[in-house]
Amino acid sequence: MAWYIGRRLLQMVPVFLGATLLIYAMVFALPGDPVLALGGDRGLNPAVAEQIRAEFNLDKPFIVQYLLYLQGILTFDFGTTFSGRSVRDVMAEAFPVTFQLAVMALVFEAVLGVAAGLVAGLRKGRLFDATVLLVSLVVIAVPTFVIGFVLQFALGVQWRLLPPTVGGDVSFRTLLMPALVLGAVSLAYVLRLTRTSVAENLSADFVRTATAKGLSRPRVVTVHVLRNSLIPVITFLGADLGTLMGGAIVTEGIFNINGVGGTLYRAIQQGQAPTVVSLTTVLVVVYIVANLFVDLLYAALDPRIRYA
Amino acid sequence: MPDANSSTRQHQEHFFAGVDQAPLGAVDLVDESGAPANLWTDAWRDLRRRPLFWVAATLILLVVVVAAFPRLFTSQDPRFCELGNSLASPSAGHPFGYDFQGCDIYARTIYGARASVAVGVLATIAVVLIGGLVGAVAGFFGGWFDAVLSRITDIFFAIPFVLAAIVIMQMFRENRNVITVVLVITTFGWPQLARITRGAVMSVKNADFITAAKALGASRVTTLARHVMPNAAAPIIVTATVALGTFIVAEATLSFLGIGLPPEITSWGADIAKAQRSLRSQPSVLFYPAGALALTVLSFIMMGDAVRDALDPKARKR
Amino acid sequence: MKIRRITGFAASVAVGALALTACSGGEPAATESSAEGGGGGASTGIVTVNGTEPQNPLVPTNTNEVGGGKILDLVFAGLVYYDAEGAPHNEVAESIETEDAQNYTITLKEGWTFTNGEPVTAQSFVDAWNYGALLSNEQLSSYFFSEIEGYSDETDSELTGLEVVDDQTFTVALSAPKADFPLQLGYSAYFPLPEAAFEDMDAFGENPIGNGPYKLAEGGWEHNVQAELVPNEEYEGDRAAQNGGITVKFYETLDAAYNDLLAEQLDVIDEIPDSAFTTFEADLGDRAVNMPSAIFQSFTIHQNEAHFSGEEGVLRRQAISRAINREEITETIFQGTRTPASDFTSPVIAGWSDEVEGSEVLEYDEAEAKDLWAQADAISPWEGTFTLAYNTDGGHQAWVDATTNSIKNTLGIEAQGKPYALFADLRTEVTNRTITGAFRTGWQADYPGLYNFLAPIYATNAGSNDGDYSNPEFDQLLQEGASAGSVEEANEKFLQAQEILFQDLPAIPLWYSNATGGSAQTVDNVEFGWNSVPLLHQVTKS
Repeated sequence: MAWYIGRRLLQMVPVFLGATLLIYAMVFALPGDPVLALGGDRGLNPAVAEQIRAEFNLDKPFIVQYLLYLQGILTFDFGTTFSGRSVRDVMAEAFPVTFQLAVMALVFEAVLGVAAGLVAGLRKGRLFDATVLLVSLVVIAVPTFVIGFVLQFALGVQWRLLPPTVGGDVSFRTLLMPALVLGAVSLAYVLRLTRTSVAENLSADFVRTATAKGLSRPRVVTVHVLRNSLIPVITFLGADLGTLMGGAIVTEGIFNINGVGGTLYRAIQQGQAPTVVSLTTVLVVVYIVANLFVDLLYAALDPRIRYA
Repeated sequence: MPDANSSTRQHQEHFFAGVDQAPLGAVDLVDESGAPANLWTDAWRDLRRRPLFWVAATLILLVVVVAAFPRLFTSQDPRFCELGNSLASPSAGHPFGYDFQGCDIYARTIYGARASVAVGVLATIAVVLIGGLVGAVAGFFGGWFDAVLSRITDIFFAIPFVLAAIVIMQMFRENRNVITVVLVITTFGWPQLARITRGAVMSVKNADFITAAKALGASRVTTLARHVMPNAAAPIIVTATVALGTFIVAEATLSFLGIGLPPEITSWGADIAKAQRSLRSQPSVLFYPAGALALTVLSFIMMGDAVRDALDPKARKR
Repeated sequence: MKIRRITGFAASVAVGALALTACSGGEPAATESSAEGGGGGASTGIVTVNGTEPQNPLVPTNTNEVGGGKILDLVFAGLVYYDAEGAPHNEVAESIETEDAQNYTITLKEGWTFTNGEPVTAQSFVDAWNYGALLSNEQLSSYFFSEIEGYSDETDSELTGLEVVDDQTFTVALSAPKADFPLQLGYSAYFPLPEAAFEDMDAFGENPIGNGPYKLAEGGWEHNVQAELVPNEEYEGDRAAQNGGITVKFYETLDAAYNDLLAEQLDVIDEIPDSAFTTFEADLGDRAVNMPSAIFQSFTIHQNEAHFSGEEGVLRRQAISRAINREEITETIFQGTRTPASDFTSPVIAGWSDEVEGSEVLEYDEAEAKDLWAQADAISPWEGTFTLAYNTDGGHQAWVDATTNSIKNTLGIEAQGKPYALFADLRTEVTNRTITGAFRTGWQADYPGLYNFLAPIYATNAGSNDGDYSNPEFDQLLQEGASAGSVEEANEKFLQAQEILFQDLPAIPLWYSNATGGSAQTVDNVEFGWNSVPLLHQVTKS
């Protein structure tokens, strides 16, 4: 097991090189000259633009730019933004709040999704099951910006139950509403996955056997049905953590959160390769660690799955 | 050990069920031929008897007919927009009223089906094929296959959607269409399905009936295709049907960023994105494209449920 | 021109607005609240206002966007400041004198200091301007010094036109006469810098030391969150703080800021999100602000664009202009937060006129449009699609769709928007002249003068002349105006110059962006400046 974990962690090295190269190349391939955008509609003095390009190595060939970036990373220098700020500072601001938000959203979708999905699966075809289906449809078809706006307006502006935006005040209370909104779409996946797996396992013979052996229903449901139903759900949740961290652009915009999604989005728009690549690299690590954790959970949930 | 128990039973089911139900001679016959491919024949026979399947099939057929022949449903031009009609209420010949730009909402909803359904369905198929293949191989063969494929999956997971979208759409600046949008969504969407498939395959591959199949001399690829995949299908189907809806919405995001379908192609996604502006003043503009999207997703989710039930021998017996 | 761009999915308007009151008249007037408060005694509450994270260090010559400009205007005091009507008043300057509109003598008031105790001297200005103009300093606003003798945009060179006479006096020699030079000196690029700045400009940009009505609190710039400003006790001028401080809260989307305002989590908002155009006047009542401002919107068609040059081009440009129902679009799409254009400048600028000869080409006239288009077709038949390029991160889609629909429905040709996901992409195509079709252009004035709306955009080879327009007659009138003896005389020339523009239509004027904004019940005396930014120093909050 330890050997397996060690090997998985070692695999991060090629993944790191591959991901940084690929993403750096993609930023490089973005259309347009990012320096010209600094001048706005007015444009920029060509000589000044030339100097800025030189300062940020943008006048060099792609592979040189990439290697210079890698060289910086070795000394924990992640580069600077066009506004002269160190990317490390930018990351240090964005990641803590984003991590907190993503974990809250994950807990929300996991707890509510598994609980409601379990009940729906146990009572397949009944009213509750239909309600759960309806909720899934709503969160799939109604875009995040609408859900976010409606919640913000109702709870934040009309009833003043929760602060409408987060800004500099990062706390459980301020992040509560954004977390609900952020987790909404994923909730549909967790609901459907749990419900279907539960319904499937419910008809499995081992459940009938367990019931026949005289085990109480709650014990059958929690130990036998649920445990065997969780593999697809935790697979989804493990991969979702990274998505929630990197893809919360809309939610962060609505609730004014200075997080990774928005920072990444702006950096892409401005063609700031060091910022994009650095943020994404951290996200890759999040994906790898979360997926490793999920793989280890497989073995715990299903003893037939073993790693050597 | 509930798990071992379960797999044993599954195994028995598969090979001895026919004996239990001797009167059904046909089943016996099929089993004797020994080809597990009959799973699909069984599934189809079962499917035909489910009302859920027929409801879903009818809905899907309706959506497909609307997408293929919008002219049958409206004589209005979805691209004729007159600002004087902005947000006007429904009137004769315009049952849903007008949107912000003064376009007929009913006509736009009808004509939007083609691009949206095409994006949703094609992207889902592509994602299921690519993600399913990668996940199945990684999960079933393990070892180096798993290490390499899973780490590639991790890299693709981390590529920001917006970045990939701008770069890919840039390559097709002058001829963007449904296929290019499908390409973007597939690039971004397959890793999730790969993970789900891998997990499902891993939890099935150690089941006793798989061991039995191997012992009976089935090749590894045959075992994977005929025995493992049908039993791992449930989470794949569920993920795919939910993803279908999110892909149609993803097209909205692309349109909103100016890297989606060109303006002359009407789609639900673009109309949903545009409704953002009317959110405070007239939220009802959002209702029709979002409703059409919900109905489409519902029909595919129901179809997925029916197919999954039909594929599951345990559920079938009841 | 300051860039105002809000990114994010709920993106909003590209350029903001000047604002005064919710009344419908065109003349600037005091707001309801200012009538009550009217410069009364100072209050102690800390006023919060929306803003955006400054995109550059807070160095005056390196700030070309609204986010940083809003803070700099409070932290620094220039030679002049502008009142709500855009009229200049001396701030640090005692006098600005000239006899030939080319050589200026500037005298400073005594006793002004920076917040680190250094006196504000003639040298503070001359050093700051030289720093801003020097190429190797990579200052984004370096072009503001291009009129001063000695400026070069090819090599590093000193501004030889600047000469320090004594501590309180310096002279400025321009390379050509410019009558409205004193008017532009209130712009942030012309602010003075203390000696401490030059020791470490990076540190200075993070924590600027100014001479304005406020100073940045210790560690007050919390990146991407807010900037905290406290009153500067040493400040000597007319803009003394009437409140206990100002906190500029940074927002990614205006919708978030607007909801904060409604929930009384924010005191002042200086731009309304487009989703609230319909409702904000009802939401905010007499605390809503909606007035024309110094922002001009248009789209440009390059002079060499196929079918748009020569005689055919003039006909087509006029036909297109006549095919756009500006009245309807500003009423419907913008809900009256834009005012249909009637010239190439802005109604809040002294000397503006809506009766320039030829301005009737801006009026919607279906028959005339069709007729002009047919005449052009007789010269060379039209084929293809008329496109209007825009960047999608600026909330332009709605008006572009409406405008192209108007053209399409009137002229019976195919017309549609051409979206660019990246502003850099659009900008690069415009700069390299590879763009095809029409593209959106806009101008927010740097200082309140007609010349600023004309020369940088339409003069031959001017920096922002993206359509490569060139007309010697127009250039001549501009020059005559620039060197005229009085502002009135100059404005007369600028109006004549516009008559030529109405003939040639190098750009198709669309509308003026209004200043939209508002305030919560928590504050009083909210008045917007000519440049769409509220006069925050005078806001009171108890």
